[in-house]
Amino acid sequence: MCAVRPELSPGDRADDAGWKAVLSPEEIRRALSRIAHEVLERTHGGDGVVLLGIPTRGVPLAQRLAARITEFEGAAVPHGSLDVTLHRDDLRLRPARALQRTEVPPDGVDGKTVVLVDDVLFSGRTIRAALDALNDLGRPRAVQLAVLVDRGHRELPIRADYVGKNLPTAHREMVRVLLEEIDGEDSVLLGEGER
Amino acid sequence: MSRHLISAADLTREEAVLILDTAAELASVAGRPIRKLPTLRGRTVVNLFFEDSTRTRTSFEAAAKRLSADVINFSARGSSVAKGESLKDTALTLEAMGADAVVIRHSASGAAHRLAGWVTGSVVNAGDGTHEHPTQALLDAFTIRHRLAGAGQRGAALDGVQVTIVGDVLHSRVARSNVLLLHTLGAGVTLVAPPTLIPYAVDSWPCEISYDFDAELPKSDVVMMLRVQQERMTAAYFPTVREYRRRYGLDAGRMALLPEHAIVMHPGPMNRGVEIAADVADSPRSTIVEQVRNGVTVRMAVLYLLLGGAEEAA
Repeated sequence: MCAVRPELSPGDRADDAGWKAVLSPEEIRRALSRIAHEVLERTHGGDGVVLLGIPTRGVPLAQRLAARITEFEGAAVPHGSLDVTLHRDDLRLRPARALQRTEVPPDGVDGKTVVLVDDVLFSGRTIRAALDALNDLGRPRAVQLAVLVDRGHRELPIRADYVGKNLPTAHREMVRVLLEEIDGEDSVLLGEGER
Repeated sequence: MSRHLISAADLTREEAVLILDTAAELASVAGRPIRKLPTLRGRTVVNLFFEDSTRTRTSFEAAAKRLSADVINFSARGSSVAKGESLKDTALTLEAMGADAVVIRHSASGAAHRLAGWVTGSVVNAGDGTHEHPTQALLDAFTIRHRLAGAGQRGAALDGVQVTIVGDVLHSRVARSNVLLLHTLGAGVTLVAPPTLIPYAVDSWPCEISYDFDAELPKSDVVMMLRVQQERMTAAYFPTVREYRRRYGLDAGRMALLPEHAIVMHPGPMNRGVEIAADVADSPRSTIVEQVRNGVTVRMAVLYLLLGGAEEAA
């Protein structure tokens, strides 16, 4: 999703530079709580669930979902991260990229219900890469997908099981997710394409 | 990164750390049920070895195969080279076969550099004469960082680490590449060798020289033993193997002088009983087997970073 995530200089705020806030910190919190409940409902209490965040911002989202599920249900949910860089289909379009962490919980993914967690669902190519990467790690019983924002414009037959917010966008618009753990604040921003 | 990896001196500190970080991530692949990544599918890596080196060649071969590249092994023996073909003509032949990367080992210093001018693909120097062997230096740096820094290693260089390199520096491309790379990464390097096995222009290298092994041991975090390369020794550099062993060999008594955390390295293949005693080589402080394992990972990182992305504009 790098294409939809231009780097903002630290001074940039939602109200200048043409970025408009579409989700507030409270809305993000509520959306994640709802997703946590939905995961519990769909998986009958979260048995055998493993949350795998896709770097960068999927990882703290997976952590937050895990904490939420523990809070609601009392049981700890294993969570980790899954770097998809080496499985991407656009590697040859740009110079080689640095790899991010892959951390799979000690029990692995075999026979588990893996919930992939990412910030924005756009073309679906990241998720395709994640499915391939997951395939090399083991054989989950089922794979589901949770995203904070679904902005449409899919290029592959992929859909999310849990969506924080459906955000209709134009193709050239950009969506930025800011998270406390990485950016120091929680926010989802929508901006004009040409910057 | 530039398109080729010819010399450890070509790497900036950031690039070197990037290679080590990439290798740290790729290391987890070795522990998975499927030890293969699709990243270099459809790319061709040619191993062009004019000198025998089973260890380095198989390491590069394993690295390329784990990234799904096609590997062509081209060894000089029994090939057109034995019939007198020049390096340039061999290079053009490989070029015509569509090699995306050429890994070259050659007995002449500078061969990799010359080759880089003739082919369009990437060139990785796997040892040229007594000049350089950059991937060995990278895997050594990776091993040092892994052993000494442990879990918090990502993004870290080797600032303040004291490395003592002992033995046949004169004939060692490993020593030169290590001195250059370790200096780039912030480590301090001391070379210890008989005066006859120290290269002529060593005062231009970013390192210290010492002739007293025992004095260096207590200050060292890492001791790297070099092989006595008898096949390259055309003159008498030291009187007897026994005398060499007494002054520059690492035995249990010398190992006891090292600090508690210090590690013992050897690029292999080693001469047990010459530069390193057997009980030292087999001790838990020796990283010799680990270095071989890390070799595959580090070479995967190099191949990924050279070939994995788009060609950068020259």
